[in-house]
Amino acid sequence: MRSGSKAMRSISAGPVLVAVIVCAVVVTTLVRIEDQKLLVVELAAIVIATLLAMKFGIADKVETSARHHPWIGRASIIVATLAVLSVLREDTFGLLMLATVLLYVTTCIGVTIQMGYAGLTNFSAAAFVGTGAYTAALLDARHLLPDPLILLSGGLVAVAIGSLLLLPVLRTRGHYAALITLAFGVMFNVFLDASDSLGGPQGLKVGGINLLGWDFSNDLHLFGYEFSFYVNYVLLASVVASLAMVLAAILDKSWIGIWLDAVRLDETTSAVFGLNIGRWKILAFTIGNFLAGISGAIYAKMAGFIAPNNFTLSDSLIIVSIVILGGIGNRWGVPPAALIVILLPEKLQFIQEYRLLLYAALVIGILVARPGGFLERRTRRFDLATT
Amino acid sequence: MTGILLECRGLTMRFGGVLALDGLDFTVNAGEVLGLIGPNGSGKTTFFNVVSGIYRLNAGTIHLEDSDITHSSPGSISAQGLARTFQRSRLNLSLTVFDNVVLGAYRQVHSGLWHNIVRRRAFHDEARRVASEARDLLAVFNVALADRLFDTADSLGMIDRRRVEICRALIGHPKLVLLDEPSAGMTIDETDAVMDEILGIRKAFGDLSVVIVEHEMGLIQRVTDRCAVLNYGKKIAEGPYREVSQDPVVRTAYLGHT
Repeated sequence: MRSGSKAMRSISAGPVLVAVIVCAVVVTTLVRIEDQKLLVVELAAIVIATLLAMKFGIADKVETSARHHPWIGRASIIVATLAVLSVLREDTFGLLMLATVLLYVTTCIGVTIQMGYAGLTNFSAAAFVGTGAYTAALLDARHLLPDPLILLSGGLVAVAIGSLLLLPVLRTRGHYAALITLAFGVMFNVFLDASDSLGGPQGLKVGGINLLGWDFSNDLHLFGYEFSFYVNYVLLASVVASLAMVLAAILDKSWIGIWLDAVRLDETTSAVFGLNIGRWKILAFTIGNFLAGISGAIYAKMAGFIAPNNFTLSDSLIIVSIVILGGIGNRWGVPPAALIVILLPEKLQFIQEYRLLLYAALVIGILVARPGGFLERRTRRFDLATT
Repeated sequence: MTGILLECRGLTMRFGGVLALDGLDFTVNAGEVLGLIGPNGSGKTTFFNVVSGIYRLNAGTIHLEDSDITHSSPGSISAQGLARTFQRSRLNLSLTVFDNVVLGAYRQVHSGLWHNIVRRRAFHDEARRVASEARDLLAVFNVALADRLFDTADSLGMIDRRRVEICRALIGHPKLVLLDEPSAGMTIDETDAVMDEILGIRKAFGDLSVVIVEHEMGLIQRVTDRCAVLNYGKKIAEGPYREVSQDPVVRTAYLGHT
């Protein structure tokens, strides 16, 4: 017992700090490097380094270290984010990319709760992102609500539209439920294209965010440096993505996490012990759609313009492939997977036309080599000894 | 030993052309251990699935104590004090022993969003309480198992998995437990050990009633107060094992015409 607690104390925070610094450098260089050959070299280096880190137990060391020093981990992530932003402060395109990745992270955490926790495959996530985006655009045009409420409404309307799907999704299982969401995603797109009041194929214009007097459209001047106005959006998206990650973490480590797992793994046994299957599926579906809607609303205000082709079936498939690549049910797999899937095609021009082909190959490759995804889901173990 | 706990009248369950239960009458008295035996396909597991609410009856009524549970959902039947195990182990193997056992305590813990997400201290207090309850219960069966509360279920041997399943059924303090072939996949010695453990803690659970479906007749003979024999969805005999086992109708059902 004593040696155990001694061992706990001696676990250093070093590995997690090093890992955060490495990740910050990797993100910064991935965004900064323009030279195609150099980028390919860096990618190869990342892949090799990751494989070696996994082979020699370095990844496990980082994980143990992070588990024992959660607050050092969180603080270092915040500091690293600010450091990355100060380096990238004038790189408008890079910052836009980064904010987009973070919004994808938020949506994918929502899909992780739906798919990874409750087992509800959602092939219409982009439709819920789109719902949030169009909600923001419509509310913005009427100047009825302050921006924080507009963003919130994006989430709430996505939940409301999602509830239309609840009945068919709850009455079906597995592949059939997945097919319903797929059909909905396609219908949503056709509807947007045909609807004149939503701008049809031309889409809608949206104004930038003004968060209680903090105008996101102005460049920032801090400590004598000039920051592109996109830094505002990266900051907001980081906060939202972090909150989503924390929510997913707490949810997993609660009774609700166990009930969602039980519903996913064995509905009959769950029902025999009194679980209301519908209630837990609805909860997971609702939380996931809310996160998708919020990120859609932020995306609309950041991009300034939205159109139906931002929210197509292939976007939904990209979201699902991020969740699968990262490791279904593991929230830490989402950010790296989102970074690779969203950033790479933008940076590597020669693969742009083949991006869906590349995702498909990547997903198949990962599923063959590591069926659990890049970071496999960890077993839930409550730490009940400490408070 | 007074009072009827479970009373079933005229249970009829049809699967297409097959009559799995054919007007079955069945009672379980409070505090008794009842054996349910019969050849393969005689309707034993169907009976369990009907009583626990998984199947919808074609005809008949089921009463648990004073309430009519004929058309109740599995969840509300479990809320009224009925728990069961399954013939084939139905643990969630990728989850820990704790996660599996706690499923049986679903109704005892707070499942609200606020409690689970915001009031983390209260949640942790509750989790600690449930964990120590689960540990105590597991220790009754196997002291070593109590220390493996946070190991995954797939790391356990068959006998410990069965114990976990039984603990999952017991942690909700049911009045009636249905055990579907507790010996399946285990040796006779292992089955005996597990049954002794169950009978040992029955008293602590306020004279828990148990219905056992079993093919292992030695076990039925040893642990049951009374037996009911099914064949083609009908009850063909009822009484203490030694009487039932001598019944010519029962012998014919098991062995064919001799």
